[in-house]
Amino acid sequence: MSRDWFGCTAHEISDALRSGAVTAREVAQSCLDRIDAVDGRVQAYVEVWRDEALRQADAADARIQAGTAGPLTGVPVSLKDVLCTQTGATTCCSRILEGYRSPFDATVVRRLQEAGAVFLGKVNMDEFAMGSTTENSARQVTRNPWDLERVPGGSSGGSAASVAADETAISIGSDTGGSIRQPAAFCGCVGMKPTYGRVSRYGLVAFASSLDQIGPLAKDVRDCATTLNVICGRDPHDSTSADVPVPDFTEALTGDVGDLRIGLPRECFTEDLSDVVRGPVIQAARTLEDRGATLVDVDLPLLRYAVATYYIICTAEASANLARFDGVRYGYRDPDAKNVQDMYVLSKSRGFGPEVQRRIVLGTYVLSSGYYDAYYLKAQRVRRLIRDDYARAFASCDAILMPVTPSPAYRLGEMLDDPLQMYLADIYTIGVNLAGLPAISVPCGKSSAGLPIGMQLVGKAFDEATILRAAHAYELHAGIALGRPALAG
Amino acid sequence: MTGAADPMQGDGNTVSTEFEAVIGMEVHVELNTRSKVFCGCSTNFHAPPNTNVCPVCLGMPGVLPVLNRRAVERSVAAGIALGCTISRWSKMDRKNYFYPDLAKNYQISQYDLPLSHDGVLEVDVVSPGSQTPSASKRIRIRRAHLEEDTARNTHALPGGCSGVDFNRSGVPLLEIVTEPDIQNADEAYSYLISLRQLLLYLGISDCNMEEGSLRAEANISLRRPGATELGVKTEVKNVASFTGAYRAIEYEIARQRQVLLDGGTVVQETRGWDADRGVTVAQRTKESAHDYRYFPEPDLVPIVVDAAWETEIRSGLPELPKARRERFATALGLSSYDATVLTATRAIADYFEAVVAAGAPAKPAANWIMGDLQAVLSERDLEPSDAALPAAHLAAMITLIETGKISGKIAKDLLPELVDTKRPPEALVEEKGLAQISDAGALRELVRKAVADNPGPAQDVRNGKTKAVGFLVGQVMKASKGKANPKVINELLQEELTSE
Amino acid sequence: MKEIARSDVEYVAALAQLKLDDAAADRLVGELGEILAYMDLLNELDTEGVEPMMHALEVTNVYRDDVTAPSLPREAALQNAPRTDGAYFLVPRILDQE
Ligand SMILES: [Mg+2]
Ligand SMILES: [Zn+2]
Repeated sequence: MSRDWFGCTAHEISDALRSGAVTAREVAQSCLDRIDAVDGRVQAYVEVWRDEALRQADAADARIQAGTAGPLTGVPVSLKDVLCTQTGATTCCSRILEGYRSPFDATVVRRLQEAGAVFLGKVNMDEFAMGSTTENSARQVTRNPWDLERVPGGSSGGSAASVAADETAISIGSDTGGSIRQPAAFCGCVGMKPTYGRVSRYGLVAFASSLDQIGPLAKDVRDCATTLNVICGRDPHDSTSADVPVPDFTEALTGDVGDLRIGLPRECFTEDLSDVVRGPVIQAARTLEDRGATLVDVDLPLLRYAVATYYIICTAEASANLARFDGVRYGYRDPDAKNVQDMYVLSKSRGFGPEVQRRIVLGTYVLSSGYYDAYYLKAQRVRRLIRDDYARAFASCDAILMPVTPSPAYRLGEMLDDPLQMYLADIYTIGVNLAGLPAISVPCGKSSAGLPIGMQLVGKAFDEATILRAAHAYELHAGIALGRPALAG
Repeated sequence: MTGAADPMQGDGNTVSTEFEAVIGMEVHVELNTRSKVFCGCSTNFHAPPNTNVCPVCLGMPGVLPVLNRRAVERSVAAGIALGCTISRWSKMDRKNYFYPDLAKNYQISQYDLPLSHDGVLEVDVVSPGSQTPSASKRIRIRRAHLEEDTARNTHALPGGCSGVDFNRSGVPLLEIVTEPDIQNADEAYSYLISLRQLLLYLGISDCNMEEGSLRAEANISLRRPGATELGVKTEVKNVASFTGAYRAIEYEIARQRQVLLDGGTVVQETRGWDADRGVTVAQRTKESAHDYRYFPEPDLVPIVVDAAWETEIRSGLPELPKARRERFATALGLSSYDATVLTATRAIADYFEAVVAAGAPAKPAANWIMGDLQAVLSERDLEPSDAALPAAHLAAMITLIETGKISGKIAKDLLPELVDTKRPPEALVEEKGLAQISDAGALRELVRKAVADNPGPAQDVRNGKTKAVGFLVGQVMKASKGKANPKVINELLQEELTSE
Repeated sequence: MKEIARSDVEYVAALAQLKLDDAAADRLVGELGEILAYMDLLNELDTEGVEPMMHALEVTNVYRDDVTAPSLPREAALQNAPRTDGAYFLVPRILDQE
């Protein structure tokens, strides 16, 4: 009973729960205690649901007793504050949604609840998921558990930090251009962005509707597979959720990659990539080769156009998605507003942070009269070319292996004053969102400064099973141990 | 209004020689689906404020729209009925602008790929005063597209606030846009009448202008006859009735004409119709309000109406007013006037056909429905329908007349009771002993008495003054309490007065 | 492509109902100029005849049946409203008809 349950994976917890070695209440309490011990420094949580968590844990214990428990029953989960929950507030870490109570639960939240998961609370993020450092939060600055002077990445920085700091087993994040995979890489955990349409977006506060996907962050690949199985599937509330069969993803975790052809895009391993990342990523490819996979060179010639394409499309969609925050039905209304015009202008100008305003202006610009064709329509055409690029690459491989980020985690504040520089760092993750493909970020080493490095496996549409299999095999055989962040004490 | 400055004082004839009006109409109709276009909330118009609302139609964070299939099908049905080409491939778009009645501050609408386009509506041109058509006019339909309705703002709240009621937010709207083919207020008025008739036939909208389920706007400009370029247009809104639309357009044509005659230029603007004052008034608009930044709605997938789906929708359409009118005239032998009146609404046409189907000949059925029945029903605030008077009862009554069982006069007297009691006419006739007396034996006594009591008129008849026959028939009818068969009386009178 | 001007930024901000103070507007002119200049990179690509890609998932005709579902209780609908009278969402008096 003296185990630190907070540090365990979901499958370890689940096994222990079923064997009677521990109760869900004890696991939840262990995580809540851990949050009390370390979150003052990590600042991952914006809300901790102590009573709710223990209540859910008791319900999970009843299910375990009754023999109706599933693999996530009693497993602690943290939720990115972009997911609508009837419990607590849903704020997207924006001033404009301060105190907002959602009248409904997101579909993923409902599915997790039905699976018996125990919600520990809501975690920090860049405001409306716009950013790569979680510094654009109106709430607090989350720290990277491996180096408290560094960012956890973003926008799901609170999710990644809460998993890495052992403040939860699982976190649910969202990924529009890398917002799960990049913080997972920075914080040394596993993060997965499923195929567009695999997971319902109902109840995910929209950033860019054609790019957003919800996905899990976890301590290992198996937990990602298990969580994906719980949250995915067709949802009648989301017209873009796919009506495709859902395999048991954990069955794919055979450890065998002998039949797989792994593509390495030449364009991802140029001089733009720092050596500190290149080394571990290449090493990860070798590991898979050692286990029998075939490495092939592939080309993604349009990689260099992805950032421009992505930032046109995502800001255009965001400019419309964020229009509803006007102070009429919910959210911040500036007290100085004397007329309707002021209500809009003052509420938005004082309610949104600078990065959100920057993106709204950019998105409005690329859609405005006279610029639509040159920017938005052009980007939509290039988007198709980028998707075709991936399709061509997949003609000769089963999965693509590439870096997640050009460098390890930044220092706090380092990226704040140069938006374009920050956007450019998304180069390896956003193509996947443009093409709608699944991808997983897996730790593959550490820098000499002790910062985690991630590698990314990209799959064909709806073929999460293959990248989960490859990622799991890698994890099994890589023989790398990141250890744990030195937060104890 | 002051005489000289009043544009309405202009001579209507000179308008037509100096300028011609070019008018296009935009009509928004609410489709009468059960649930809203993107969520399951009821479309019931009469609910208390903000009770037919959910996270989706309130535009709350995290929600997604899911398109109502019936809203698409009803839109396509309207497109087919308007002779439009149905788009095989279309999509929804976001139209971005800010207004407190717009839940998401964008309206989900259709931009470059409407559900249907390029149709035509043939319109009988009438005036508000006279329903007799003066001409026929083809008005081309540019497009008909599906979108969502907005909430309603209330300005009459205490405390200097406006209130927003989102019950209407997300009710499906069909926007129907014409080409600028309309040349005067009569044509515009007639277009609205024909369009409403068509949509009511289709059963896809209540088309109730007072409740706002049909809203019309007119784009109006003037130009010199023969000019190819269009003049500057104004957009006239806020008309609450068809005659209001007529008056607003009349006014706006005259106003623009006066501006031009005075050497001024028409300002492109939106003008609201003030029905009380009978004028259009410029509405202040923001300069930036028209950069709508349309782009494809990423939350909804494309709409593909393939030939099979279109055929399915087409086969579900009722017979449309024009076809039905023509059939009533040719197959049932009705006059063009009768056919028009009896196809004015689907309800009256259905009723007429039911009466004919129940065995009544078409012509008397038409006469009864348009004449006496209409009068009896309107006194009771009813429309011709099975509920008001079962079609079988009316048909039975007409058959009783046709077979000589009762007289037309008796039938006329009986009609209110038929309506009020809903009892079969045969039973009522039997019970009240109203059957016509056609038996010569029974009537001869009454005829002899009438001749004996009225020697003067009888002598006139004998002298060949046939006019007096009517008087004697009337006396017999009176004595029989209306039940005598006038044909038999006539025969008996001839016998009595010539046999002497 | 054309230089972005201060007036462009102000026009677009007004469309988005944002009011930028002078410093923010100046900064944004610079940042947007740099970002948009970067986006001109796309002009290297010939996209003639390429169908614009609107969705990552290529499905069509997803509908719901025309059946009603329960609406929110009014208290829940109004729960987050900055101002309400218990029946309506209240806003400052609307003066114009659009
Ligand atoms: Mg419209
Ligand atoms: Zn609703």
